[in-house]
Amino acid sequence: MSYIVKPQFHHPQLRKNDLGYTRRDYEGTLTTLCGGCGHDSISAAIIHAVHEMSLAPHQLAKVSGIGCSSKIPSYFLERSHGFNSVHGRMPSIATGANLANRELYYLGISGDGDTASIGLGQFCHIVRRRINMLYIVANNGTYGLTKGQLSATADLGSKTKSGEESQYDNIDLVSLAIDLGASFVARSFSGDKEQLVPLIQAGLSHRGFALIDVISPCVTFNNTPLSAHGYKNTWENNVVLSEIDFVPMRREITARYSAGKDKEITLHDGSVIHLHKTGTGYDPGNRENALLHVNEYKKQGKIATGLLYINQDQSDFHELADTVNKPFNRLNEHDLCPGGEVLADINETFM
Amino acid sequence: MKPTDISNPDYFHKVVDCQWACPAHTPVPEYIRLIAGKRYTDAYMINWESNVFPGILGRTCDRPCEPACRRGRVEEQPVAICRLKRVAADYKSDIKNRLPDVPKRKNGRHIALVGAGPASLTVARDLLPLGYEITVFDRDAAAGGAMRTQIPRFRLPVEVLEEELNYVLDMGVNRRFGTEITSMKALLAEDFDAVFVGTGAPLGKTLDLPGFEEAGPNIHTGIEWLANVAFEHIDSIGETVIVLGGGNTAMDCCRSSKRLGGRDVKVVVRSGFDEMKASPWEIEDAMNEDIPILNFCVPRRYLLKDGKLSGMEFEKVRREYDSNGRRLLIPTGEEPLILPCGDVLCAIGQDNAFPWIERDLGIEFDRWELPVLDRTTFQSTHEKVFFGGDAALGPDNIITAVAHGHAAALSIHLLCEGGDVKDRPADLTTLASQKMGIHQWSYDNDISNDVRFIVPHAAKEKTLNDINIEVELGFDEDLGYAETQRCLNCDVQTVFTTRSCIECDACVDICPTDCITFTANGEEGELRQRLLAPAENREQDLYVSDSLATGRIMAKNEDLCLHCGLCAERCPTAAWDMQKYLFNTAKAVNA
Repeated sequence: MSYIVKPQFHHPQLRKNDLGYTRRDYEGTLTTLCGGCGHDSISAAIIHAVHEMSLAPHQLAKVSGIGCSSKIPSYFLERSHGFNSVHGRMPSIATGANLANRELYYLGISGDGDTASIGLGQFCHIVRRRINMLYIVANNGTYGLTKGQLSATADLGSKTKSGEESQYDNIDLVSLAIDLGASFVARSFSGDKEQLVPLIQAGLSHRGFALIDVISPCVTFNNTPLSAHGYKNTWENNVVLSEIDFVPMRREITARYSAGKDKEITLHDGSVIHLHKTGTGYDPGNRENALLHVNEYKKQGKIATGLLYINQDQSDFHELADTVNKPFNRLNEHDLCPGGEVLADINETFM
Repeated sequence: MKPTDISNPDYFHKVVDCQWACPAHTPVPEYIRLIAGKRYTDAYMINWESNVFPGILGRTCDRPCEPACRRGRVEEQPVAICRLKRVAADYKSDIKNRLPDVPKRKNGRHIALVGAGPASLTVARDLLPLGYEITVFDRDAAAGGAMRTQIPRFRLPVEVLEEELNYVLDMGVNRRFGTEITSMKALLAEDFDAVFVGTGAPLGKTLDLPGFEEAGPNIHTGIEWLANVAFEHIDSIGETVIVLGGGNTAMDCCRSSKRLGGRDVKVVVRSGFDEMKASPWEIEDAMNEDIPILNFCVPRRYLLKDGKLSGMEFEKVRREYDSNGRRLLIPTGEEPLILPCGDVLCAIGQDNAFPWIERDLGIEFDRWELPVLDRTTFQSTHEKVFFGGDAALGPDNIITAVAHGHAAALSIHLLCEGGDVKDRPADLTTLASQKMGIHQWSYDNDISNDVRFIVPHAAKEKTLNDINIEVELGFDEDLGYAETQRCLNCDVQTVFTTRSCIECDACVDICPTDCITFTANGEEGELRQRLLAPAENREQDLYVSDSLATGRIMAKNEDLCLHCGLCAERCPTAAWDMQKYLFNTAKAVNA
């Protein structure tokens, strides 16, 4: 752990976003994780993504559970809302918050223990309920906080630093989420921000439940040459199925994107995902195809990354449950007690 | 790009911008850390070895280091390096026992130094400990050269000057002061093994305009007038004074006038305020003493009354640029400006002059009447004759003269040893890890966010009445300490080991100034634009690694690195390490 405060000085030409903030304005306190932890790169990617999207800090709420992963909301977006909840129970908090105020962007941060072990039940239900949020799993295949036991996402045959070999097949969060009806599912790698940043931006802009499973190596306990979730294995066996660029709404489309050649996906809020032609011909709009690809690569010991599945037209929880548009804290007396006539109308429906 | 060769001594030297910019390459961050540790004497000795006159330079240096200081790139003001040097000089203890021993038995070589200014005394300082016999000549009765004659006492007290002159003179210099050398031929005939010319740029200029003849007695050459003030031949001036010129001499002339009876003292400059050659802080000090500076006024004539100088007439001009970008001063057509005055001080430049060097001795001069020299060895076209300081390359500053002195002393030593003056020893460098614990370094990497501290001044009412009272009081120990904490320790280098890197991005994510990028290799110009934040200062090289496991490279923009060490603290494999780079120029003693 570093003991000094990160110097305030920054690059004099650091870009300001539409709100006049630099990226440094979106930072949090100095990380206390081990040096080299993938989770710090996820924090950095979130800072990049949110800064580029010109989101004001108060527009976003961070929710997390317990674990190394769930600590990281301290290290970014210091001025945003946040709730660090009970182990594996982040989905409940996220659901509640989402109901109370649908205007915020919800960013859930969890780990493989928090999501795939103690929180697996909650995870399944939040996917199924289509809560409008971005759920990031910082997935390192190990319980780092308790000193490196194999987690439920550790691949069969993967070995920890102490030599323990995983005897069971892993829970694959990507397949699970696609299966349970998530409308935005991606996998990425903490070491590859070029891929991760646009995915975070697209995931935040997507209406409905978005999952990004981020391979985020535990540099202390699970980064040997035999660790499936280590830097070496991930760099070597990463297969990019789809490359995307993200263009926030209101932003002009620049020449960087080769119009016509790339596939464009327009999200509900007007922002656009540019899907590059990668030569794989992969189509993220097809659920069965996505599952097939993920499993096929897994069999070969490869890790399929990129935007794996998207359905931008699926209705989300608010639409299905017909929730109130206004945040609860802005409902006034008239909204809450609409008067005798409305009551009479309601009573009428029971007759 | 090719991987950076960090074994090239220039590479990390350039990263220590202050030291790179210093003509004498004084290891600035090293002595600033010693000041922070209250090790003033150690800090002083580092300076003394490198620049010979720390107390003098701590008050009067042109400070090329400060515009170079990296702190000025990440906030508004550089570290007050010059005034910290003075702190070391002010608070040091007795250094006599730290001075080099001078052998009683001489080596049989005898060197003549002409002029007893900073360049010559540096040569003496470098050669005396090696057993040389040194004879110094000066036309003045006392040593110091321009340091004594051109810098007024309110900027440099005579005790400070003499203390540091004496450290050298007391090493056993033969003094032949008070007589001007009039013939190089005669000097060479005295059978010296080498002659070093450090006579400065002694020729002041006056402005010959209509009325000059009649007004003559009240028109003074700035540098001569300052010398006369220094030697107390002059102790007063008229009430109304015009100083012509915008350089440091003009600033010293106007401030001296103000102390010698001038009540209405004005500085008049042909060009714009922003074009003035004087150091910004010297202009500021003059303005603080309520001396007006009038710009864009070209002197046209001296005005006379009863055969005596009564004023000057100036033509008002404005600035324009021609198609070649050359600056022109165009008359505005306004009424001429008439300023009354009793005295005029001309501080409009100075020149070298070598009337005493016969032109048939094999010492060649160029068309500007400057000696033809080798810029590294300072040897003239005559094997035994060397030049340094203002005498070598024209008017510059003290620290440049010192640097010339070191180089010339080394050349003289090589010559006397029968070697080739061009075959010079390598500079002395060390690079050593500062790691003490996992996140502990032997330097204080927690830099302060304070803005530059201001050096306190003595009360104006007091200083304006006595030319011998020093204006600047210097930092006290507390202020000095606070200022040291602004130094970024640029000599503690970030050293990267390619084969250890696992490309986890920890350094990229933590770096406060976005210095580090992992990306595909490319041509420099294109790569500079592709970095996490653009690296636009082409003067500062990029630090580029060999190819990493993914085929990418690490490219670091050294220009804005705060040397905070966070990259090395976050690095899980110690691929980054903080290593102190000490650089000292090779001197005669190292040959």
